[in-house]
Amino acid sequence: MADLEQFRRETRAWLEANCPAEMRRPAVSDDDVFWGGRNARFSSEPQRVWFERMRDKGWTVPDWPREYGGGGLDAAETKVLREEMAAIGARLPLSSFGIWMLGPALLKYGTEEQKKEHLPKIAAGLIRWCQGYSEPNAGSDLASLQTRATSDGDHFIINGQKIWTSYANYADWIFCLVRTDPNVKKHDGISFILFDMASKGVSTKPILLISGYSPFCETFFDNVRVPKSHVVGQINRGWDVAKYLLQHERAMISGMGERGAGRPLGQIAADSVGSDGQGRLGDAILRSQIATFEVDEAALAAAAERTTDLAKAGQAHPAFSSAMKYYGTELNKRRHEILMSAGGIDALEWEGERSKDGARPRAWLRTKANSIEGGTSEVMLGIVAKRILDLPGA
Amino acid sequence: MALVLTEEQSMLRDSARGLISDKAPVSHLRHLRDSRDATGFSRDLWQAFAEMGFAGLLVPEEFGGSGLGCVEAGVVMEEIGRTLMPSPFLSTGVVAASALARAGNAAQKSEYLPKIASGALLASLAVDEGAKHRPLQTSLQASRSGNGFKLNGAKALVVDGHVADLLIVAARTAGSAGERDGLTLFLINPRAKGIAIERTVMVDAHNAARIEFNNVEVDVDGVLGEVDQGFAPLDVVLNIGSGAVASEMVGLSEEVFGRTVEYLKQRKQFGKPIGEFQALQHRAAQLYIDIEITRAAVLKALQTLDGDFANAAAAVAVAKARAGVTATRAVQEGVQMHGGMGMTDQFDIGFFMKRARVCEELFGDANFHAEQLARARGY
Ligand SMILES: Cc1cc2nc3c(=O)[nH]c(=O)nc-3n(C[C@H](O)[C@H](O)[C@H](O)COP(=O)(O)OP(=O)(O)OC[C@H]3O[C@@H](n4cnc5c(N)ncnc54)[C@H](O)[C@@H]3O)c2cc1C
Repeated sequence: MADLEQFRRETRAWLEANCPAEMRRPAVSDDDVFWGGRNARFSSEPQRVWFERMRDKGWTVPDWPREYGGGGLDAAETKVLREEMAAIGARLPLSSFGIWMLGPALLKYGTEEQKKEHLPKIAAGLIRWCQGYSEPNAGSDLASLQTRATSDGDHFIINGQKIWTSYANYADWIFCLVRTDPNVKKHDGISFILFDMASKGVSTKPILLISGYSPFCETFFDNVRVPKSHVVGQINRGWDVAKYLLQHERAMISGMGERGAGRPLGQIAADSVGSDGQGRLGDAILRSQIATFEVDEAALAAAAERTTDLAKAGQAHPAFSSAMKYYGTELNKRRHEILMSAGGIDALEWEGERSKDGARPRAWLRTKANSIEGGTSEVMLGIVAKRILDLPGA
Repeated sequence: MALVLTEEQSMLRDSARGLISDKAPVSHLRHLRDSRDATGFSRDLWQAFAEMGFAGLLVPEEFGGSGLGCVEAGVVMEEIGRTLMPSPFLSTGVVAASALARAGNAAQKSEYLPKIASGALLASLAVDEGAKHRPLQTSLQASRSGNGFKLNGAKALVVDGHVADLLIVAARTAGSAGERDGLTLFLINPRAKGIAIERTVMVDAHNAARIEFNNVEVDVDGVLGEVDQGFAPLDVVLNIGSGAVASEMVGLSEEVFGRTVEYLKQRKQFGKPIGEFQALQHRAAQLYIDIEITRAAVLKALQTLDGDFANAAAAVAVAKARAGVTATRAVQEGVQMHGGMGMTDQFDIGFFMKRARVCEELFGDANFHAEQLARARGY
């Protein structure tokens, strides 16, 4: 504990000295998020400085081993670092599907060669990854996916289509689920494979979201040749890897809302709704909605902390990330409903400087996907009913 | 009175539905949005509306209208809600026509009402100032000056404000924000000196404007109703507007619901239509019940507005509050049950979600109306 206090003091001092003031404000637009990758560009000098300083300490992935570009921190230290970053509102220096999803899967299932090849590039923000899971007819029923990988010597030839592939048009590599054996039960013929998006035969077509932005794509594979050595885990056992990765994805999505937290909701609401003579928010019903929301939000934050600690201690139920994903995303949608309600007429504007090009309504609409992406709320509840509660027939 | 549509009202619904579904399906709104149409609605369609008697639906017969009531206006609004057709029907045909018909003097009525009925004149009510609908808080100043008044202040969410030929402006001639007395309604030419109109591009791709008044002069002829006593007629008009928007939200909710139920039957996962999953069945059933209950509350409010005016406020508050909550729920379930598809712009469901959000703010959200009800009941 004494050592940990020491670590906390040093971390606090280091962050104080190294986190630029601009990086201590909540990210508002996608521009404020650094995703890395071959074509990465920094949107500002402080963003570059902050990223490079954190990268050099291995703190883009503080709990990964040092040999793979991580910070080598143990669970307790990682927690301290997160707390200290949160205390000053520090932004993530690097956001990536590599960190949140692929990295943990490679650490568990990857060969030494795969880890050495991919993890350091993720940690250093050199390669940006996308996730090729969903297909037009395989959404909630992911295991029914049809993208085919046929054997050709020491290569697979991949044909098929993915959909809703977030940032596929910006990504350098894809982690992809493909069917390597069509003649067995659907879960048993799937492989988890990695390949370069610049490979011959890969193409993407952006899809516009209701927020007016286009963060995802249809992704097509036309005779894409991929070495068999790029399969993670065993051939035809990709479903294990896929599920393990989903647990990490769900934990990440569950925490999305919290990370964006800036000023307290009640204060944001008071800006537009005003307050009564006694300093209470001018709309009594909204005030009670916000207070109730904040009770749930604080409880969820405690649950998130506890879940991480239980996982580190090896005591977490593997399906609990589904419970957290469900609650966190439904809560985040509620937050944005409240923000829209608080913003009222002002929050209805879609373009122009005053509304920062409709930042608030666009963010609100984007959150509607939270309970769909990474597995829908209905699927999460189904998993809880089946895997945690063991209900008959679930 | 039976809480069902009469035969005439049903016929009106059928003819409105025929025209709107034929000429203005959701793709019409999409096209106006994508082409950044400067008017924001189709003038041809508004003319067709006038020819069918819809523009002057609330205009008394002696002024060239059909002299119908709020139930009929609600019937048309509901059809508008089904396809999200952008139309001056709300701003001009419902709100402005009611304001003029109920508060106007003989000269004002004969000048403006026939033009509204014929589709020649567009008019907008300018009431909101802050981020939320709080009519009593009106503080746009109208100070006496010569034979009239000078207006200073700003308005927001003025529906069709950038195309209006006439503005009906709520202003404060006495007292201070929060007081009932001291509000006055003015009829103002939007091209008058000192007026700056900014069209605001809205999330729902429907028309709205912010308007600034800088020493805008209006003479006494421009007063609608009585000086300092404008809140009473304003309140009436706002109730009618709320009832109309509540109807739009019922139409919108039902349409989203219908599309969603259709999708539950078509979309297959795990080898069967997703509508076979009880988790979705129950939510669809709950939503159906919600919509039916809301529909009844809205029709009740509209009938009360027509028949028992003095007691309509509470019924309207119930209707608008219910409609807001129901529509919000309908569009949320609509998007969620469509999965990734529901999140795409290419798919129509997002348009309903966006319009529902704006309808919610128009004339006060569900919280506002619940608060009104609480106050009316004395707690
Ligand atoms: C913004 C966004 C980003 C995404 N990014 C990616 C990405 O990067 N990579 C990727 O691979 N995918 C991505 N997805 C896809 C996402 O994982 C799928 O949309 C999701 O799994 C749902 O699949 P679906 O869209 O086919 O909906 P469907 O599975 O068709 O679901 C439709 C509705 O039916 C319900 N339903 C289905 N089965 C059941 C059941 N058994 N019981 C009760 N209800 C049920 C669903 O919950 C939903 O409400 C993204 C999606 C979005 C919206």
